Parts: sequence; C-alpha cells; structure tokens
Amino acid sequence: MTDMMESVVPRIIFVQADGSQSEVEVSRGHQSVMEFALESGIGGIDADCGGSAVCGTCHCFVNDPHMFGAIEPNEEAMLGLRPDRENNSRLSCQLSLSDVSADTTITLPEFQM
Amino acid sequence: MNAPTHPFASDLTLPLTEIDVADPKRFELDCWQPLFSRLRKESPVHYQTVGDLGPFWSISRFDDIVEIEKNAEVFSSEPSIAIIDPLPELDIKNFIAMDEPSHSLQRKAFQPVVAPKNLTEFESLIRSRTRAALESLPENTPFNWVELVSRNLTTQMLATLFDFPWEERQKLSMWSDAAVSDERITGKADLTLEERQLMAVDIFESFSKLWQERLDDGVESFDLIRLMQKDPNTKDLINDPVMFIGNLLLLIVGGNDTTRNSMTGGVIFFNENPSELEKVRNDTSLIPSMVSEVIRFQTPLPHMRRTVTRDFEFKGHRMKEGDKVVLWYCSANRDDDVIKNPDSFVIDRESPRNHASFGFGIHRCMGNRLAEMQLRVLWEECLDLFESIEVQAEPTRLSNNFVRGYSELEVVVKRN
Ligand code: HEM
Ligand code: FES
Repeated sequence: MTDMMESVVPRIIFVQADGSQSEVEVSRGHQSVMEFALESGIGGIDADCGGSAVCGTCHCFVNDPHMFGAIEPNEEAMLGLRPDRENNSRLSCQLSLSDVSADTTITLPEFQM
Repeated sequence: MNAPTHPFASDLTLPLTEIDVADPKRFELDCWQPLFSRLRKESPVHYQTVGDLGPFWSISRFDDIVEIEKNAEVFSSEPSIAIIDPLPELDIKNFIAMDEPSHSLQRKAFQPVVAPKNLTEFESLIRSRTRAALESLPENTPFNWVELVSRNLTTQMLATLFDFPWEERQKLSMWSDAAVSDERITGKADLTLEERQLMAVDIFESFSKLWQERLDDGVESFDLIRLMQKDPNTKDLINDPVMFIGNLLLLIVGGNDTTRNSMTGGVIFFNENPSELEKVRNDTSLIPSMVSEVIRFQTPLPHMRRTVTRDFEFKGHRMKEGDKVVLWYCSANRDDDVIKNPDSFVIDRESPRNHASFGFGIHRCMGNRLAEMQLRVLWEECLDLFESIEVQAEPTRLSNNFVRGYSELEVVVKRN
C-alpha cells in the first residue's frame, strides 16, 4: 500500500547550473514551485520579491513547459529582461506546484539578477 | 527632536492637502517618517496640489507601489522618473525613463556587464582596492567617512567598471553629483544650468575619446565601453549623443550615489544599534542579509515617478492622463503590512531582500547585485580590519528628495 502511494507521488528533479541534482517528492499544498524549492532547501533561487512576479530572481528552465499554465504578460515582461532567457524560461513563483502531474526536471540558471 | 522649533512638527496636525510631501528639507532633517506613516494610514493614494512640484499623486503603501509598477502600460516612465520634467535645454535620454519596447532593447544590452557571472571577475579587484582604502584611513583621529570611504570607493568602482583613466576618476563622482543637483530637486542653486550643460559636453568628450581609442583595438575586456561597442543594440550609440550621454550618466548615477549613501548609512545604523553589529561580528555569514537590511533602511532613492498614459481608476481614485504618480519607496520600506517591525534595523530578517529600495517590475534596479557585492566586500573588510567605527556627530544630510544621503559623517576608527 505504502509502496503504491509512493510510486504515484511525482518528483521534481532540480538541476543546478553546475550539474548537481536533487530529487524532491511533490508534497501537497497550494504552493508555487518557487516556495516549494525554497522550503526544500534547493539553492539557486533568490526570489527577492517573494512571489509577486516583479523581481525576476526566481528564474528557471522547465523541461515540460506544457505541464504548467500559460505565461501571463507580467511574467513575460520580466523574463524578457533576462540576458539568459531561453524558450523554456519561467519564473518559478508563477508555476503552480499542483500542475506537477508527473516527474519533471527544472534547471536553475547560473545566476539570478 | 524639539517640537516647537521643529519645522515639520505640523506634519501630524495640518490637513494633508496643505502639506508638500516632496519638500527636500524633510529629508535633510530626517523627519519624513511621521508624514509617510500618516499617509499610509489616512491617504495611501494621495493627491497634492500645493508645493513647487505639484500637482502629483503620492503612493505610500508597499503593495500599491508593486501594483503600479506591474502596470507599465498605464504608468509610464516617460518623460521623467523624477517629479520634475527634464529641462528642454538639458534633455538627456536614457532607458530608465523609456517605455517598451525601447527600454528592454537598451537594458538588455547593458545588463550582462553587471550580471553576477561578470561580477566575480571584478570582485577580487574591488576587494583589494577596498582593503587599500581602508588601510590608509587615519587611526584614532576624526575624519569624514563620506569622503574617505564612501565617495572614494564608489568612484574607484565606477572607474573600474568603465576602465576610466585612473587619475581622472574624480570626474565621475563630480558628474554624478551634478546630475542630481537640479535646483528643483534640492531646493538650492548648487550649479547653474550653464555649468550643467558644460558638464554634459565634458562627459560626451571624455567618453567619445575613450570610445574612439577602444574601437577595434582588439583588447578583450569586460569594461562597459567595450561591451557597448560589441552589442548590436548599442554599438552605434555614439551617433546619438543625447542617448549616449544619458545612458552613461544613468550608469554613473545609478552606481554611485546609491551605493555611496548605503556605505555611510550602514555605519550610522550600526552606531545606533550596537547589538546588531554584535550579531554580524559573531556570525559573518549574516553579512549578505545585513547588506540588504542596510539598503532597505537607507532607501537611497526615496522615490521614482510614473506618468499616467490614459484616464485610469486606481483604488477608487480617478487618475487623469498626464497625472504624475510618485512611488515613495522610503514609505513602502516602513509599511508594516509587508515588513515586520519596519522601523527597527534588524540584520537577520526572514526575507531581507524583500524590500522596496530597488523598485519592482521591468525597471527594477539593474545594478542590484553589483551594489550588494560592493557593500558585502566593504563590510567583510571593515569587520576584519576594525574593532570599532565610532560616529562622532550627527551626520550632515542632503537637502534632496530624490537622493537620500549624506555629505558628512565624522567617525573615528580603531584597528583590531
Ligand atoms: C544600493 C544601491 C542602489 C539602489 C538603492 C538602486 C535603486 C534603483 C531604483 C529604485 C531604480 C528604479 C527602479 C524602478 O523604477 O522600479 C533603479 C534603476 C536602475 N539602477 Fe539602481 N540602485 C542601486 C545601485 C545601482 C548600481 C550599482 C547600478 C550600476 C549599474 C545601478 C543601475 C541602475 C540602472 C541602469 C537602472 C535602470 C533600470 C531600468 O530602467 O530598467 N543601480 N535603481
Ligand atoms: S519571486 Fe520575484 S519574480 Fe518570482
């Protein structure tokens, strides 16, 4: 029973810019990926503004962009300023943890600013 | 302070409509807090018609400022981010006072130079220059910290960033001072318009010379000028002198006054809160958090201004196209709806970077990590070198509503 439960809990694999990885099981809660990462002790996210999409320092790259809700204009504007913007760039504070339906990988940038 | 003689004692009793929120004297006397705490409570979206700079709206709550900065289409940064509009005779353009899409195009060209990746290249140089400046300070004799440390170090930093001729580096802080010495901001006639115009010419000539010398000289360097020359967005900037001078000045002012006054503010705050200094002495891993707290407590730029692009209702107030909206960061930083115990200087807060001093949204300070690094290095070296930095007298503060800072802070330092 316990084994079965565990096998359906999705995990986020956080990959740091230096390649090091941490796998974290997604616990329940209406959190953002940013909050979840900070609570799980994942480095590489500064989140200066605490999740209001107005600082851009929770930038990350998602492996499964379709898993998450669309990019709102505010998020787009902040991402647009990042010198290291990629097609799969997101602000982790705008990603809802409840959207994580299967194992997925999130990569953190070399720096936040 | 002595209530009867205090010129702003009436801030708590006068009808708010009769008060000039932007009076620079309030910052010179450092007695701005009571007015803003009253505004946050009684009139968080406040319209003033009085005063030399009126009419304008004052926004004093943290969350309202965030909301306005998120809406850059309605709340434009053009034509100016100071309450005053640019003088036609001195119309200098730069991306802090531009809207999309031009703003992003230019900002992206400048941003990589102050990216943390690049900063690590600069850090050891900054550290050795900081160390040398601190080691040369007189011991056991009073001196002006603003001149010998804050001003000296930020000038050196700028010269490092631009790879500016070392012997001429004083020019950089002179230009920075001049840029914010508009009589309408300071309430004093420090420099005439003509002097400021001549200064603009001097800036253009000095940097044009460096630009020409460096053009295609094949030297690999991270300095701002070479970076501008490499980026397609800025490589022809020199052909547009107004924009060229403007963006140079933006980097000079942005990186100078702000950091300089935080370097001084920190010394003052520690003298007022010795137990906080003890905390960092006992645990130097708190230095980054303490740096953010210094920047919050200082709020080196008390406000930015926006201009309403179309009639708009904000929190039940009808704003009209063309209205000026002033975002008071100094007030947001004391808003207890967002910041716990905001009037206390606490170096180990839970989320120390969640302050308003760098603004929010697309214009959020581009040099924030650079500023934090400079201040971190300064305090790492100060704690290593000095047993104490004792303030001898009340600091002399600037009469300026745009830059909250100091011209003099007399201190005595003792070596470890
Ligand atoms: C403690 C130090 C500093 C403080 C408090 C500060 C504060 C600010 C503020 C309030 C803004 C406007 C934000 C807004 O409108 O939302 C800003 C913008 C800016 N700052 Fe800083 N700043 C500091 C240091 C620096 C440094 C060291 C640089 C050097 C490169 C710099 C460069 C800029 C630039 C280029 C902008 C314009 C950004 C844009 O419009 O996109 N600042 N800063
Ligand atoms: S935490 Fe500031 S944008 Fe996400």
